[in-house]
Amino acid sequence: MSNVTTEDVQAAGGSTVMVPRPPAAAAHRIGSFVDSRLTGLVLKRTATAIVLLMVVSVLSFVLISLTPGDEARAIVGLGGTHEQYLHVRAELGLDKSPPEQYWQWLTRAVHGNFGETLTTSEPVTSSIQTRLGVTISLTVGSMILSFVLGVLFGVISAVRGGVTGRLLDALGVLGFAVPSFWLAAVLITIFAVKLGWLPSTGYVSPSVSLGQWLQSLVLPVLALSIGGIAAIAKQARDGMLEALASEHIRAARASGVSPTSIIFRHALRGAALRVIAVTGWIAISLLGGAVFVESVFAIPGLGSLAVTAATQHDIPLIQGVVVCFTVIVVIVNLSTDVLYIWLDPRVRVA
Amino acid sequence: MSIAEADPNGIIQCTPPKSARFLHRLLRRKLAVAGIAYLLALIVTAIVAPIALSHIAGQSAGSLDAVRAQPSLHHHLLGTDELGRDVLDRLFVGTRITLVGVGTAVLVVLAIGVPLGLAAGYFGGWIDRIVTWVSDLLFGMPGIVVVLLVLAVFPYSMLAAMTAFGVLVSPAMIRVVRVSVLPIERELYIAAARAAGLSRPYIIVRHVLPRVSGAIIVQTSVMAGLSLIAQSGLCFLGLLVRSPAPSWGGMVADGLQLIIQDPWLIWPPGILIAVTVLVLGLLGDVSRDALTEAWAAPVRSRRRPVTAAIGDISDEADAGALLSVRGLNVVFQSRGAHTRVVDGVSFDIAPGETLGLVGESGCGKSATAMSIVGLLPGTGQVEAGSIFFGGRDLATLSDRELHQVRGRDIAVISQEPMVSFNPTLRIGRQLAEIVRRHHHVSRAAARSRVLDLLAQVQLPDPAAVAASYPHELSGGMAQRVAIARALAGEPSLVIADEPTTALDVTVQAEILELLRELQANRGMAILLITHDWGVVAEMCQRAVVLYAGQVIEQGPILPVFQEPRHPYTKGLLTANPHGVPSSEALPAIPGTVPAPGQWPIGCRFKDRCVLATGECGDGTIPLEPVGTRREARCLHSAMLEGECA
Ligand code: SF4
Repeated sequence: MSNVTTEDVQAAGGSTVMVPRPPAAAAHRIGSFVDSRLTGLVLKRTATAIVLLMVVSVLSFVLISLTPGDEARAIVGLGGTHEQYLHVRAELGLDKSPPEQYWQWLTRAVHGNFGETLTTSEPVTSSIQTRLGVTISLTVGSMILSFVLGVLFGVISAVRGGVTGRLLDALGVLGFAVPSFWLAAVLITIFAVKLGWLPSTGYVSPSVSLGQWLQSLVLPVLALSIGGIAAIAKQARDGMLEALASEHIRAARASGVSPTSIIFRHALRGAALRVIAVTGWIAISLLGGAVFVESVFAIPGLGSLAVTAATQHDIPLIQGVVVCFTVIVVIVNLSTDVLYIWLDPRVRVA
Repeated sequence: MSIAEADPNGIIQCTPPKSARFLHRLLRRKLAVAGIAYLLALIVTAIVAPIALSHIAGQSAGSLDAVRAQPSLHHHLLGTDELGRDVLDRLFVGTRITLVGVGTAVLVVLAIGVPLGLAAGYFGGWIDRIVTWVSDLLFGMPGIVVVLLVLAVFPYSMLAAMTAFGVLVSPAMIRVVRVSVLPIERELYIAAARAAGLSRPYIIVRHVLPRVSGAIIVQTSVMAGLSLIAQSGLCFLGLLVRSPAPSWGGMVADGLQLIIQDPWLIWPPGILIAVTVLVLGLLGDVSRDALTEAWAAPVRSRRRPVTAAIGDISDEADAGALLSVRGLNVVFQSRGAHTRVVDGVSFDIAPGETLGLVGESGCGKSATAMSIVGLLPGTGQVEAGSIFFGGRDLATLSDRELHQVRGRDIAVISQEPMVSFNPTLRIGRQLAEIVRRHHHVSRAAARSRVLDLLAQVQLPDPAAVAASYPHELSGGMAQRVAIARALAGEPSLVIADEPTTALDVTVQAEILELLRELQANRGMAILLITHDWGVVAEMCQRAVVLYAGQVIEQGPILPVFQEPRHPYTKGLLTANPHGVPSSEALPAIPGTVPAPGQWPIGCRFKDRCVLATGECGDGTIPLEPVGTRREARCLHSAMLEGECA
């Protein structure tokens, strides 16, 4: 008889992938194995982060050197003398060659000094510091909402199917199509203007009033979350469906494992992996969305800061925001990796 | 036998989409036509409106008597804004800047994503590593803020902003193209083309690109939607277009200024943006569906209540049997068509007996086995027949009722032990869950029971195994663990589906030995599914031989081996006279098993049969008794009587 290993059932619709496995590892070495993987991962991510920051900073320098205007001229203004102009130029380091200028910026940046904003002459770092907390509370709130509702919707859609499932799927599609800034405007119309339940714009610091702080965040968080909810719901749904169709779920069912356990212990774990895999991406898109949502609600965060900086051509300031966002994304990605290892022991550091 | 309706393409094959056929399929869908028409209308508007309504772009005030006019059919279909400007006119004129922005970004995405993705997927190696690294890097950048940086340097430059945006999102395209090239690259005809001396660029353009064009189309629609949202967002922030020139996003911003006085103004531009993104997404989805039309829609596995027992055997269950399968038909669904893979199969298993279900790939043996526990994969379902076990017909039970049977009365050992465990949980935890499910004991008791089970399957260090993850076990160890799992509910029947196929020869023998011992000690019955006559000879008391979905011979091992009464069995055994393990043996009979859906009328073996005559093609060949407890499905079975294998 021919040497067949696949079986008719697989051919008829199932799919089982044969993966060659490495020889067994001794069980007692697992602990140290995970540790070394973690260290490697942290090192790798940090290295990527450094490269990323270098790329971002070089890029912004190249962009700036392409700028037609002259920062020093702009600062001194039309009335300034030539001496004043030269002085400012030297102060800004603009008389040096671009690589030298870059080096100067970099050495300062490493020490946490991103220069001063062109418009207010405040240190960029302090401008960012005062606004960082605002953006973080907005994005973390949206992150939590996106995960909770996204996973809930995704799982319900996968497990229930039918009308409920299709309704949720349709909502998901809408979530991708509705721009956050427009949804923000709609939410203001309904909840602030028509119903008067919540403030339409503005931000209250938690140190002033915790209740008002929460109130001022409700609409922004809702507007910002819609895309995240849709994206996570899709991942959770696909992950659940894939997990439910997998061989090990079939084996678990054949062994009499209860349906509840199948869904919540076995399949959800598989779906969680997919959701976590997109966390970094969600974080990036939430930070991007914050740019718009903060502008709509007049929230003094990094996003609205970046917009103001862009309108006023305040390049050092916007550079600082880019670096700050990049660092946040790197941190999110690193924590995602650690979570991933914790949930899926098979993950190897590529 | 109704095979006429079955799809000749089977359920497996999907022919690669050719672009012309793809377009044809796309245009057959009403939704797609509507979507394409909508986009064409937008494009025409983008070209015509700024010319026809040339005064709008520079208009900072409309007619003063029409400030914030309500929508009306006569004058302003969508009303006017606070400066008396017509909303609809402004939307029309703003279309151009929107489409130009989206077009710029999409072109950049295509120009970067497609070549890099193709190169990475096709060449692999260091090119792949560099491209992947660069795209990961781009992916980690905070996109919109980088675009703001670009806009700070080049104020109001839509070209610069949307180009930057395109670069930043291009990794999404690179990944999609790369992933869809990978499998193609390995395909034979590419190798053949390369062997024929064609240049690599030529192969990529002529052979690879057409195959990934579908994936590119889908991803392009997604990217276009993203770019539209980004473009309108930047317009909303007032960074792309100088007032008073109209843009969709800018009009939302204008409306937001007047949100208290005139909440209506945010709706027209917002809905236009959302609808356009939806249409783009929809076109992507429809294209994907058109591309994958040949695939079966994944319907969740469901058992249909049995209608009527069809087939030539419909007698009652054997009273002494543990399991009696009668007239079992299993079908898989594909695009409305049913393809039968199991056709009127009947057999019995006595308590404590080992029955071999033997056949080549595609003969229906796994489908038969899995239908017993109601776990047919994909769209499979039991169409007819009965499965009597413990006084009940399993084929009529609901999933909930079957759930009580699985693991406790009937357990399954699967073909690939490795993938049959949840990769994210330790072995001990997975087994304990099953032990507690069947025995209702405390956690501690479950744990000691798990160690006990692992010791029973002769694993040297049960505690270490319990603490491992599935991927840390060897294939042989994993199969022992799978056997332990099957024993957990103390079943009276174990279905072992090719339990040794995935293992090394030496390990195979050990596992079979283990199964034999366990069976002797516990008195459970085993339904052993295999293609390997050596395994049958070693393990089974009786054999049921399947061919093209039917039982063609069955009986006790000794007579079947000594004097096979079907030409197929005989042919196979002649090639392996001593029942030696035969998985390496060459096919003894020329030809192949006809695939489900392509079964011929008459004897399904006739094309390969040395004894075939004209009658063999005439009608259904019955399964006839040929001696004590033996049956064979052959018109000329008598000719084999007395002959030795
Ligand atoms: S029925 Fe005819 S064709 Fe079929 S096995 Fe018997 S002899 Fe061969």
